[in-house]
Amino acid sequence: MLTIFVPKDKLPGLIGRIMDGARVFAPVRDGDGYRFRLLDRPDKADFTYQNTRLSPKELIHPPAETMFSYSLKKGDPKEGILEEVPKALGKRVVWGIRPCDAKAFQLVDINFITDQVVDPWWQKRRQATVLVGLGCAEPCNTCFCTSVGTGPFDRSALDVLMTELAEGYLLEAVTDAGEALLAGAPEGAPASGSTLSEARSVAEKAEKSLPRLFVPEPLKEKPMTELFQAAFWEEVQFACINCGTCTFLCPTCWCFDIQDEVHHQEGVRLRLWDSCMFPLFTLHGSGHNPRSQKLQRVRQRFMHKFKYYVDKYGNGPACVGCGRCVQYCPVNIDIRRVAGMMTASCVCPT
Amino acid sequence: MHAYTEKIREAAQRLLADKKVDGVIGFRQGTIPMMSEPVFIRHADQVHQLTWNGFCGVNLANYLVKRKDRVAVVAKGCDSRNIVLQLQENQIRRDQLYILGAPCHGMVDRRKVWAFLKGRDPLQATEDGDSLRVSGRDFEEVVDRQAFLQDNCRICTHRNPVIYDELLGDPVPEQAGVDRYEDVRRVEAMGSEERWRYFEDLIASCIRCYACRNACPMCYCPTCFVDESRPQWVGKTLDPTDTRTFHLLRAIHMAGRCTDCGACERACPMGIAVRQFTKKLEKDIKELYGYEAGVVPEGRPPLDTYRPDDPQDFIK
Repeated sequence: MLTIFVPKDKLPGLIGRIMDGARVFAPVRDGDGYRFRLLDRPDKADFTYQNTRLSPKELIHPPAETMFSYSLKKGDPKEGILEEVPKALGKRVVWGIRPCDAKAFQLVDINFITDQVVDPWWQKRRQATVLVGLGCAEPCNTCFCTSVGTGPFDRSALDVLMTELAEGYLLEAVTDAGEALLAGAPEGAPASGSTLSEARSVAEKAEKSLPRLFVPEPLKEKPMTELFQAAFWEEVQFACINCGTCTFLCPTCWCFDIQDEVHHQEGVRLRLWDSCMFPLFTLHGSGHNPRSQKLQRVRQRFMHKFKYYVDKYGNGPACVGCGRCVQYCPVNIDIRRVAGMMTASCVCPT
Repeated sequence: MHAYTEKIREAAQRLLADKKVDGVIGFRQGTIPMMSEPVFIRHADQVHQLTWNGFCGVNLANYLVKRKDRVAVVAKGCDSRNIVLQLQENQIRRDQLYILGAPCHGMVDRRKVWAFLKGRDPLQATEDGDSLRVSGRDFEEVVDRQAFLQDNCRICTHRNPVIYDELLGDPVPEQAGVDRYEDVRRVEAMGSEERWRYFEDLIASCIRCYACRNACPMCYCPTCFVDESRPQWVGKTLDPTDTRTFHLLRAIHMAGRCTDCGACERACPMGIAVRQFTKKLEKDIKELYGYEAGVVPEGRPPLDTYRPDDPQDFIK
């Protein structure tokens, strides 16, 4: 596939040209962290970031989205009819996404695009989005992508893989969409052999820096009830304060709530991020709550990622090792440690 | 190893062996730099897990509400004030608690260290007296610990536990000449529009994860107002109206109860300075009633008693 080299000072020009035909999202400085934002100027993109605080899932699965609107006005021809609210579903490019975050989209595709049910907006946004990945040359101390089946230069979920080199970037098309993006780019030149080998060594060094902390494969064979009833959940759950930090920052947590908001005689139907950490998440209309205890909620998060998803879809685990939940958990609950306990093959992080 | 660590382990061993408590709430070594994890120790053979350092910022009073058992708990000055409040509010009984008081030198704010490191990834952090040593793949920095404390620790005037059964070390000198409300006065001096903008900007990045609420030892309602669903009181969107309602109501519920322990701000994944809401209330209670929450175990807090000479001129 097409592979080009773009000098550092030419990259904004390339992105700027693509901005003419698509909305381009990229990591930008945001307070004391980074966040994926719609670019209004190509030079606002900052590829020196390690990881954004919020994952780019918000680009495909917005935290709060108005799906439909309706009228309750008597006699209104639209009374009681759900009307789809227009959404920005046009062509876009996410420039500089980490390979792990892109992998997360693939894992969630399996849930939102099934034989029986398709989430139309997830699917449309996914189809309209080209992913230009930024290989992760210096993974963080909380990263564990190689333990969960992806890696710092995993190109399997990308359209283009970008590797930062001393003088510029190597851009390798992975799909036809990626090739179309790079084709005929005047900013680029064909990549030389030495450029390719420089890129290879950057990737190898990064991969070597990530030890495999646990091996999730045996979880497939482990009886679910055995894991469900394991004694260690009691210990794991103690510190948890049941906030939504881990789930909201997670690139693979997809759960949402649907709510209606009515003002006078106009209403909207909303889709809002939800979290299995919240007691309200499973509260039944009857008042019964099957997960009324903290232990049940904490267990759910880990079991969903490492067991239920794996059993249901024959894929996974539903974790890409981005480390956000490890970094930002206010009480230091570490998914690497928990996964290690689940797989009982723990090499605890030092 | 911090001198308190041995004392905490010794006390835990003794209290468990004597069956004085059913468990000990303390900290264990964290899995990432500058974090320690709250832990519940039930058996003598686990007490070696207990540790102490400047990364024990989590307020352990948060794990006491409505407990049925008898526990020992390690308490910094702020934790102890929250315990006093929980006793006053009948969330736990004094005879259920054995308080291991930890005179505190302030807790490290890892965000400040991250900002100082400018993107360099810390792999290890250790303390040595007044200095903090942070190292990574190809760097090592030794900095003055004091400059990297949580904001609330820098202005803390109750570092020593106000209630305890035994102290883990000699009391530390309380910080003198601290101006606790410099930032609040700055906000008070703003015009109403500017002030509105200030708070709107402050919470603009809120993702409604409720970490601030859940980290707070005083947020213990069986059902929080944001979780009421029949009827629903607050919208769950990220519309400024909804986010604002959450933050204002959360803060108002803290009036006369906030100890400025900093748990809320410490927990926020988005780095929002949520103490800006509660500090104003804390200042008002101090100025109007001469009261600091959780400092005096005896008597009732000003907002749950009536006195004819209570200030009234703020009621308009």
